[in-house]
Amino acid sequence: MTLQALTYLVVGASFALYIAIALRTRAANTGDFYVAGGGVHPIANGMATAADWMSAASFISMAGLIAFLGYDGSVYLMGWTGGYVLLALLLAPYLRKFGKFTVPDFIGDRYDSSTARLVAVLCLIFVSFTYVAGQMRGVGIVFSRFLEVDLGVGLVIGMAIVFFYAVLGGMKGITYTQVAQYCVLITAYTVPAIFIALQVTGMPLPQLAFGATLPGESVTVLEKLDEVVTELGFRAYTDGAKSTLDVFCVTAALMAGTAGLPHVIVRFFTVPKVSDARRSAFWALTFIAVLYTTAPAVGALARLNLHATLQPGPVTEPAGSLTYAERPSWMKTWEATGLLRFEDKNGDGRIQYYGDTNPAFAAQAEAYGWAGNELTVDPDILVLANPEIAQLPDWVIALIAAGGIAAALSTAAGLLLVISSAVSHDLLRRTFAPELTDKQELRAGRLAAAGAILLAGYLGYNPPGFVAQVVAFAFGLAAASLFPALLLGIFSLRMNAAGAISGMLTGLLFTLGYIVAFKGVFMAPLFPNTADAWLLGISPEGIGALGMVLNFAVALTVSALTAPPSPATRALVENLRIPRGAGDAEAH
Amino acid sequence: MHDSSHRAYWRANLALIARCLGLWFLASFGGGIVFRDALDAFTVLGVPAGFWFAQQGAIWVFLAVLAYYGWASHRLDQKFDVDDD
Repeated sequence: MTLQALTYLVVGASFALYIAIALRTRAANTGDFYVAGGGVHPIANGMATAADWMSAASFISMAGLIAFLGYDGSVYLMGWTGGYVLLALLLAPYLRKFGKFTVPDFIGDRYDSSTARLVAVLCLIFVSFTYVAGQMRGVGIVFSRFLEVDLGVGLVIGMAIVFFYAVLGGMKGITYTQVAQYCVLITAYTVPAIFIALQVTGMPLPQLAFGATLPGESVTVLEKLDEVVTELGFRAYTDGAKSTLDVFCVTAALMAGTAGLPHVIVRFFTVPKVSDARRSAFWALTFIAVLYTTAPAVGALARLNLHATLQPGPVTEPAGSLTYAERPSWMKTWEATGLLRFEDKNGDGRIQYYGDTNPAFAAQAEAYGWAGNELTVDPDILVLANPEIAQLPDWVIALIAAGGIAAALSTAAGLLLVISSAVSHDLLRRTFAPELTDKQELRAGRLAAAGAILLAGYLGYNPPGFVAQVVAFAFGLAAASLFPALLLGIFSLRMNAAGAISGMLTGLLFTLGYIVAFKGVFMAPLFPNTADAWLLGISPEGIGALGMVLNFAVALTVSALTAPPSPATRALVENLRIPRGAGDAEAH
Repeated sequence: MHDSSHRAYWRANLALIARCLGLWFLASFGGGIVFRDALDAFTVLGVPAGFWFAQQGAIWVFLAVLAYYGWASHRLDQKFDVDDD
């Protein structure tokens, strides 16, 4: 069987599985649609949360980013898992006790203010849409590379699948489909990792292969990698380019931002009890850790394999680098997608892949007769190309395609549900059309989900130039706006609407302003995006951490100067601090 | 409602959260970032220790923190008779 037929078979089988599950778990009422009736077992919920959490960015992009960033890539590993700890310790149990459907519900009720609710809805829709567009791009990459269909066709197939089970099944359908998707994606991620770990180091566990000694040599994987990359003028793998303060801030922004992501918070509304929410958080992180501790090994080994392929001989000899004519077939197929590009700058027919931005290496490169780096590798392709680079069997390559699609679809579905509930529940039922019946609200929710899918598909097909940048900044914005408002709402009895709203707006505007000033989202940047120009040397990626500090400071100051919240609000907060007596999540 | 007992519960709960966050901070911001260079003098499983904390160890500590929190918070709930079983 050809690779393409095999890929169709594996991906098709996974789709059939998702649809079968969706048909068995259709939503009957808004409770099923928003929070799966509140009756999901903590382990199942943990798996679903893990699938929801690990997006196309985690599956497709993260190991590739680490491979090219080295130590600096650690911010994603610590940020995305550490944020989960914040969520589990500071938000999940209390929001579960509160027992409403959505995050704006909590903000609106806690601060007894429809302005606060609307600000939260806006933050939520903005964050969620940038995310969905990223997932759709992931689906598009996988389809166009492995199924060799047009990007548009790939997107329509992906949208149709998500439409089917998100619109029909709501949270109930999504939850059980996500359990299946977790199984698919984790198998697809770990199987090739184990193969490659075994191949390179003789140690099957990627977590241990990461520090293993290479067979027949006296150096470890990381020592060898440092040696190989510095020889080519790249920064050593275990070194970072970012300052310590910047790494600190980016990690903090990613952590608080992840904890403020609405589609993950809402997962904790689906378990029966507060203690189940805590248990479920532990299980979810366990399932997430399987991928996140494998990723650094995948990144390091992929980088090693990539250099071994491109530089089969010694660097010092001209014949040491690979000739373009002899390049392996995986390079040809990725060239067709435009994510891998070769330009023969010195006209010798060989691929020189080296660090041409390193001034200390420039003289050396010139002595070798090199005229600049000739190969551009998009980090997004590394995980997907990894099994081919390592020459693994075809079924492993087919599996990775199914895994990438599972990761993207599971996250997209969770996000779409959050968007649709924000529209049908927070905007319509709670704000503009309170006379809606439960049945009408369910229909509005389905319509909103359908509309959101169409818009997401459009954004995936025509990504506005700034989407890729904005996705990374969605975390900073969530950290600077939603996270402090949620945290203070639970841990401060004194916090009132004026404090929360002014804090959210300060954090949001400061962070957004800083990002726009340096990255220029709709206009030319005002300042050069370099470490010298940054405030305290903090990059736009990390500025959300400072925005969050400002949000806290403003919120606490303003609330201290204005009237305390009503006794009813105080009672609400006192009540959500006590685990006993959590009913099912409900509308009113 | 026993207000004083609820207040004592909340204080104990805050102390538990503070302990957990302390470990969370030490493993990631401490081991993986601030003390990274000092720790790199040692190795863990063949990897320089600071680098290992940043890319592996912090995640394992996070997991241990959540396991401990799940167990300790439930025990706390039972002690103050506010559990949901």
